Formats: sequence, C-alpha cells, structure tokens
Amino acid sequence: MTDASLNSPAASGPSQSLHKLDARTKKRNAAEARFEAYGLVAILIGLFFLAVLAFAIVRSGLPAFTKTVLDVEMNVSQQDFDAAESQLFKTKAYAGLFSKSLQAQLTEQGVTAPFDDAAIERIAGKVGGTIREFYRENPGQLGQPVSFELAAASRVDGYFNGRVTRDTLTESRFLMLSDLDLADALKEAGIVRNAFDWNFITGADSGVDNPGGAGIGASVVGSFFMMLVVLVLSLPIGVAASIYLEEFAPQNRITDLIEVNISNLAAVPSIVFGILGLAVFIQFMHLPQSAPLVGGLVLTLMTLPTIIISTRAALKAVPPSIRDAALGVGASKMQAVFHHVLPLAMPGILTGTIIGLAQALGETAPLLLIGMVGFVARGYPDGFLQGFVEPNSAMPAQIYTWAARADVSFYDKAWGGIIILLLFLLTMNIIAIILRRRFERRW
Amino acid sequence: MNDMRKLEREVDTKALKISARQCQVYYGNNHAIKDVDIDIEDKTVTAFIGPSGCGKSTFLRCLNRMNDTIDICRVEGDIRLDGEDIYDPKVDPVQLRAKVGMVFQKPNPFPKSIYDNIAYGPRIHGLAKNKAELDEIVEKSLRRGAIWDEVKDRLHAPGTGLSGGQQQRLCIARAIATEPEVLLMDEPCSALDPIATSQVEELIDELRTNFSVVIVTHSMQQAARVSQKTAFFHLGNLVEYGETGQIFTNPSDPRTESYITGRIG
Repeated sequence: MTDASLNSPAASGPSQSLHKLDARTKKRNAAEARFEAYGLVAILIGLFFLAVLAFAIVRSGLPAFTKTVLDVEMNVSQQDFDAAESQLFKTKAYAGLFSKSLQAQLTEQGVTAPFDDAAIERIAGKVGGTIREFYRENPGQLGQPVSFELAAASRVDGYFNGRVTRDTLTESRFLMLSDLDLADALKEAGIVRNAFDWNFITGADSGVDNPGGAGIGASVVGSFFMMLVVLVLSLPIGVAASIYLEEFAPQNRITDLIEVNISNLAAVPSIVFGILGLAVFIQFMHLPQSAPLVGGLVLTLMTLPTIIISTRAALKAVPPSIRDAALGVGASKMQAVFHHVLPLAMPGILTGTIIGLAQALGETAPLLLIGMVGFVARGYPDGFLQGFVEPNSAMPAQIYTWAARADVSFYDKAWGGIIILLLFLLTMNIIAIILRRRFERRW
Repeated sequence: MNDMRKLEREVDTKALKISARQCQVYYGNNHAIKDVDIDIEDKTVTAFIGPSGCGKSTFLRCLNRMNDTIDICRVEGDIRLDGEDIYDPKVDPVQLRAKVGMVFQKPNPFPKSIYDNIAYGPRIHGLAKNKAELDEIVEKSLRRGAIWDEVKDRLHAPGTGLSGGQQQRLCIARAIATEPEVLLMDEPCSALDPIATSQVEELIDELRTNFSVVIVTHSMQQAARVSQKTAFFHLGNLVEYGETGQIFTNPSDPRTESYITGRIG
C-alpha cells in the first residue's frame, strides 16, 4: 500500500469528466456499432433468401398436391349397357354416353359452349374404359344415377393452375384453343373443380405420359428403408469407432493415420461412394440392384465419417474430471465411458447423427450409380423385409427423375416432391431434438 | 508460522501401509520423480508439500495408478501396498482403486443425484445386496463425509447443484463409500473458502481413525494442522520426510528450511 501511494502523482485534479466521451472511446463504440450492423445485415440477407426459397418452393410445389377433376352425373340404363356391350368399339360407346350426360348437365346449368366428342376426350381423357369397368363390376347401379369423379388431362390441369395460358398454348392433338373455352364453360357450370390429390402423397411413380398419376409415396417408403439401414449401421459403428479412438486407442502413428483418413473421407464427393457401392455391393457381392439395402449401405459409408467426427468432438468435450471421478471410485475404463462419458456426450452424438442422416437423405448422386433413378417404381413393397431388397426409388432420386422428364407437368411434381422431402427431414429433426432434450443434463 | 497448535501431538508408530522404493516417473523424456523412497503408515495423515511442479501430485497419482490413464507417463521402481507390488502385471488397476480411493483438486461430482453419486461405487463393486443396504451405505458415507445433515432432505437433487465446499465433501463421501483402505487427496481444499476448508480439515482428522490418508497441499499451515507425517518434495526429489512437528520446527535439510520459511517456492 505504501509503495503505491508513493508512486502516484501528487494531488492531481480530476483528469476528465466521465460525462464526456473521449475520442478513443467514441471510435471504439463506433466500431462496435458497425460490427453489430454487419451481423444484423448478414442475418437479414440469410432470412431473405430463406423466405424467397420457402415461397418459391411452396408456390411451385402446391399445384402438385391438387388435381382438376370433373364431377359427372350419369344414368346408364340396362338398355344402354346392352347396346354398348354389343358394339365393336365398346369403350367408345361408353364415351358417347359420358359425353351425352356431360352435355345434359351443361344445358341444365344454362351454359353453352362449343361441344364435340373429340374435345371432351382431350379434356377428360379416355373415360370410356373407366365407366365400362365400373358398370361391369356393379351391374346393380344400372338405371340409377351415379356420380363419377374423373381426373382431367394434365394440360387442362396446367391451364387451371396457370402454367398453361391461352397465349403460351401451342395447339396440338393434345389440346386446342377451343377446348379451353369448353373447359371454362365446364368450370362455370361447376363440373370442373380442384380436388386434393391424395395419390400424389400415397401413390407410386407413373409413366412418362401420365404426369397426373405420379405419386411420391413409394419413394418415401424407399427413403424410409434406406434411412433405417443408415441409422442401424452407421450409428453403432460410428459411435463404437469414436469411443475406441478417443478413449482406448494408444496415440501412435497408426491411430494418427486413421484419424487423418477419417477426416479426408468426410470430404470425398458422394459420387465416389456411389461408384464404390456399385463395384463392391452390386458387381462383387451381387446384392440386388436398385434396392434400398444397397442405397443404405452406400449412404452409410458416406455418413460414417460425419458421425465419427462429431462423436469424437462430443466425447472430447466431456471434462476429464468426470473420467477421473469414475476411475477414482474404481470403475473400469469401460464403465467410466458407458456410465458417465457417453450419456454426457449423447446430445452431441445425436446432433452429428442427424446432420449425417439429413445429408444422406438428400443425396442423389450415389443413387444414380446403383440404379435407384430413372425407372418407374412398381409401388409399395410386399412386406417389411421385402422393403429392403425390392427395387424402389428414393425421394431425391424420384425428384431428379421428374425434373429430367420432358413433360413440364412433371416439373410441378418435382417441386411437390421437394416439399415432401423437406417435411420428412423436418420430422427427423424434430425426433432428434426430442431425444436430445431427454438426454441433456445439467452439469 | 503461527499455527503450530498440533505440534505436541502424540506420535506412535503404526503399521506400514504403503512403501515405495526407488520410484521413478517419466513424462516422455521428462524425469518427473526421481528415486523416491517413502513409507506411509496406516491410520495416519501424511502430507506432501512442496512448490508447484515438484511432483507431489504425480507421485500421489502413482499410488492408485491413476497415471495409467496418461499415455506418455511411465512409472519405474517398486510401490507396495500391504507388501504387494501394485505395478505387478497381475494387478488390475480397477481392484487397486477400489482399495485406494481418491479425491481430486476440483470437486467433480457426477452430473447425477446426490444419492447416485454415493451409490455408484458400491453398485459397481456389488457392496450392497439390496436397496435397503444401499440406502444404509449412502447414509453412512454421507454422515462420515459430514454432509448428511445438509443434504438428507434432497438426496435426489443433482449433486452439481451443491456449493463448492459441499460438492467436495460429497466427493469425499463418494470416495469412502467403497470402503477403501487408503484415501488419496490431491489439494482437496484449493478451491474452497476458509469455512469449507476447516470443515474438510476436521473431516480429514476424523477419517484418520479408519483410513490411511495421504494429502497433497500447497498450504503449509494446512499440512501442519492436519498431518502427523510430512514429506517435502522439491524438483522431483523427496527432500525430507518425517514427523510433521519436526519438519516444521527443526528441518534437517536447508532446502526444507528455505521452503517453510518462504525463501523458495
């Protein structure tokens, strides 16, 4: 104390008022304010792009979830049925009946429009077969009014969605300008309406000429089985490898080499894993092509480095004092790891796992090589185990296939598929967050 | 040096618990402990003092093979517990650590309930046959750790929610719950305030009736207060070892004298 008072300047007055900022402080505060502004701008830019993306996806994707349908009331009598069945072109006869019913309905509503059977066929598609099928199976319905809900052709669908306009329409044998007048008239009469397309969510892919019938359901199932394979393989293998490397392995050249290689693997392009999967799993091991099992195996290889790196980081973050404490009361190394270190590292491990799985879920390139792209999926697998080995597609592969098709109607389906993909991802993330909450502990 | 109240304590010879001969410890190429010979008695508090980095904690960690967890650490020489070489290849360090418990510098309760903190050791060693016995062990350990009255109403609250001093006593209770024969304490009071320190010191004095206690401390007053024997380490060497009273009043080595009078360290 005495030393300090000796060195201080003798009786100097108050140097400067605290109520006045000096130049240095002003500069410092300005720099701080600037930095805050940069951060805010960065976040706003990020949010802006996110909003644009979300808007674009929803706007372009929503039409995929609806379809244009025609509600037509028909009353086919026994005589009509017999007459139609006796004809050479039976479905054509039914189409004529349909056309007649439609016209009657239009007149009833007081709407007039140019009308011919060919235009009806262009708008509603070949409906004769559907109607004949119905009456052959339900003869009891003959002579009674039956209301049919029939899907409109994809171009008419596009017209009502705004994808096709009168200005952009190129007349073809699929759709004429005059048909649009008829379509508008049908809409006015309340015969044409927009309905939710459950088939898009539950159905399988359709042929290239039928965009209206395409659904993503089967590939959702394919992705689900793939993710199951990835989770079941990569989580235990990844966690076991990390625990060994982090807690048990001696620090030497070999483990250093392994560590470097794991870090490098995380940066290997996914297509390389795809070609590796093709060579090893399909050409060498003869596993079935296009199977979610093979897709899952390839994606496991891709996900492992991510899980290992994040798990090791999580294990490293557990304070060594916890290990000391456990060893100090006589726990074995394994007990210390499994009773104390692993539970504390669990939130970090789950975060890494979900990042890895999300990456794997959206991966398309490796699936190209093992043949999960570019074919019309057969539909749902026959059972749980068959789900792993029966050819199927996966969501990103399905979206890729749709986007690559010539018919622009598939473009809507691709956007819609992205919405389903994002919802799938969101569900996975929510499950992970719930799990993480349960594992999280206070220190 | 005004706290020498316990200088005139009775000194009687007791059974030998741990004996080390020609003990060497290396961290890589660094020779951290050199030629240490020491005999630690049963039911005695032995204090290790010395300046920072002199190797007293390193040597303490040799006594229950905690240094095994450090890859680059190598121990040579002979350390015997009750006449058995603890570095014999046949010895499982887990069994050894059940006999030689340890309390660390920083309180390190598990992020679990107070009850589970104490019960963990007895559980993994199978000391309790049923829940009632385990409850009994937990209560007994907490009483011996002088913390029972403070936590008996919240045994299922997290151990990490206690104050620093309470956490350290919890850790001591956890260490004695497995009924060790030797208790090693690595600067147990360095993170505690004077009141918590005096509580822990009282506790150490009580523990002496059942255990052999080895304590590393930076505070010479603390060594003088709680220990019967004191060992002075300097630069990896055991400079002097003897009765606490003698070390503090009549050291035979000039380095010891310099340290306790504050000229080196």
